[in-house]
Amino acid sequence: MDSTLEIKGSGDGLLAVLPDGEWSASVQALLTAIDQRAEFFRGAQITLELGEVEARAGELGRLRDALATREVHLRAVRGEHPATQEAAANLGLLPAPRVPEPPAIPEGEAGVEGEESLFIQRTLRSGHKVHFTGHVVVLGDVNPGAEIVAGGNVIVWGRLRGMVHAGAGGEDTAVVCALDLAPTQLRIGAHIAVSPDRKGKPRPETALIRDGQLVAEPWAIEGRR
Amino acid sequence: MTAKTATLTSGKGGVGKTTATANIGVALAAQGLRTVCLDADIGLRNLDVVMGLENRIVYDLVDVIEGRCKLRQALIKDKRLADLYLLPAAQTRDKTAVSPQDMVRLVDEMRAEFDWVLIDSPAGIERGFRNAIAPADVVLIVTNPEVSAVRDADRIIGLIEAEEKGPPKLIVNRMKPEMVRRGEMLGTDDILDVLAIELVGIVPEDDSIVVASNQGSPAALDSRSRAGKAFRQIAQRLTGEQVPFDELEAKDGFFGRLSRLVKSGGDA
Repeated sequence: MDSTLEIKGSGDGLLAVLPDGEWSASVQALLTAIDQRAEFFRGAQITLELGEVEARAGELGRLRDALATREVHLRAVRGEHPATQEAAANLGLLPAPRVPEPPAIPEGEAGVEGEESLFIQRTLRSGHKVHFTGHVVVLGDVNPGAEIVAGGNVIVWGRLRGMVHAGAGGEDTAVVCALDLAPTQLRIGAHIAVSPDRKGKPRPETALIRDGQLVAEPWAIEGRR
Repeated sequence: MTAKTATLTSGKGGVGKTTATANIGVALAAQGLRTVCLDADIGLRNLDVVMGLENRIVYDLVDVIEGRCKLRQALIKDKRLADLYLLPAAQTRDKTAVSPQDMVRLVDEMRAEFDWVLIDSPAGIERGFRNAIAPADVVLIVTNPEVSAVRDADRIIGLIEAEEKGPPKLIVNRMKPEMVRRGEMLGTDDILDVLAIELVGIVPEDDSIVVASNQGSPAALDSRSRAGKAFRQIAQRLTGEQVPFDELEAKDGFFGRLSRLVKSGGDA
């Protein structure tokens, strides 16, 4: 099989997929690639994907040293070959079990940080009351007479016609969004508003505090903070 | 025979639960199905009045539950239809005289001898409502085209869902197509938009219902009554027949649409 060296970004650093074939040639190809863009690779964490290639502990050790002189940290070695796996284990280079990390939220967009979310997959009918310290996500409608009080944000993937209080702990950065935002009453932090009579078709909107005013804005990807 | 049990409830009072129970009961019995109408509104009974059987009551539901009589002694046979029976409520007791388990036992006793058991629930969401829905195989929500009635119906549907009774079905009672057309009353679509459950009937507002109730002769017996026809159709749908809905709201000419368009600010 004709294969070439491949280096790509992964969730936790760089992943180098070595080509099949002679070990020394593969290593040379890798080092050359790194040398060509030394600036880019400096300080990088790299994981080697060896596939069926057999690598012995000594060879891996020398590669690690060669990478270290280029300030590239060899983090782990993955391979199918038993000898490779054993060598990686001896050098403490076995890949860590993958722990899914929560997606990073850019600062300033998180609203309320460190809060949990409650996911509700049904329509909240009149008389239903949801009180939760974190964020609340509803996949369904929130009918008139239903009530959501959340410490964090409230997202409704449906029609919002009931009463919603987001940022109930006094958090003015909380937001409320819905596919059809027409609550009986809307509260964010200490602000209270009622829905204006709507004209035209419902559209997704976000309600938030802007300049001390509770406002609803059409949902738009561009132009968001 | 294994009776199917349907409970009619609404949350709000005065929407027509009792009228609907009596009329659907009459319509089912007229199809030759052995039907018993059970008044679960203990303390405020009036299903017997609407069915015109008040003067025949000797024993009532509480008497059966407390063992003072046999079930068959308390059942009142209708004077017009051979397959229609009434189990009246007690007038001098209150809802706490009966528990949901009592109701389940009572209805189970009737299942072998009937095709349908219709239970007329009291208004509200307390004990009487719990008693009425406990034995139900299917719950029929009765509502009016009014915001308050729909709000209560929504609340009741939530409670029934929490009891895992299965999805309830909807009867819209006292519809006035004229008012809907003028944009002064909720239409069926507006109601279904909020409640999102299966519709089994739309009953038009009809003066003959008032007359029929006062005379104790349900309108479903009257072939000329428009409301009676709607109740007969509900009975047919309950037994699994596919009956198309009459177009109550459709007679909408060009000028009707135009006036509605003007009234709603161009959003129609």
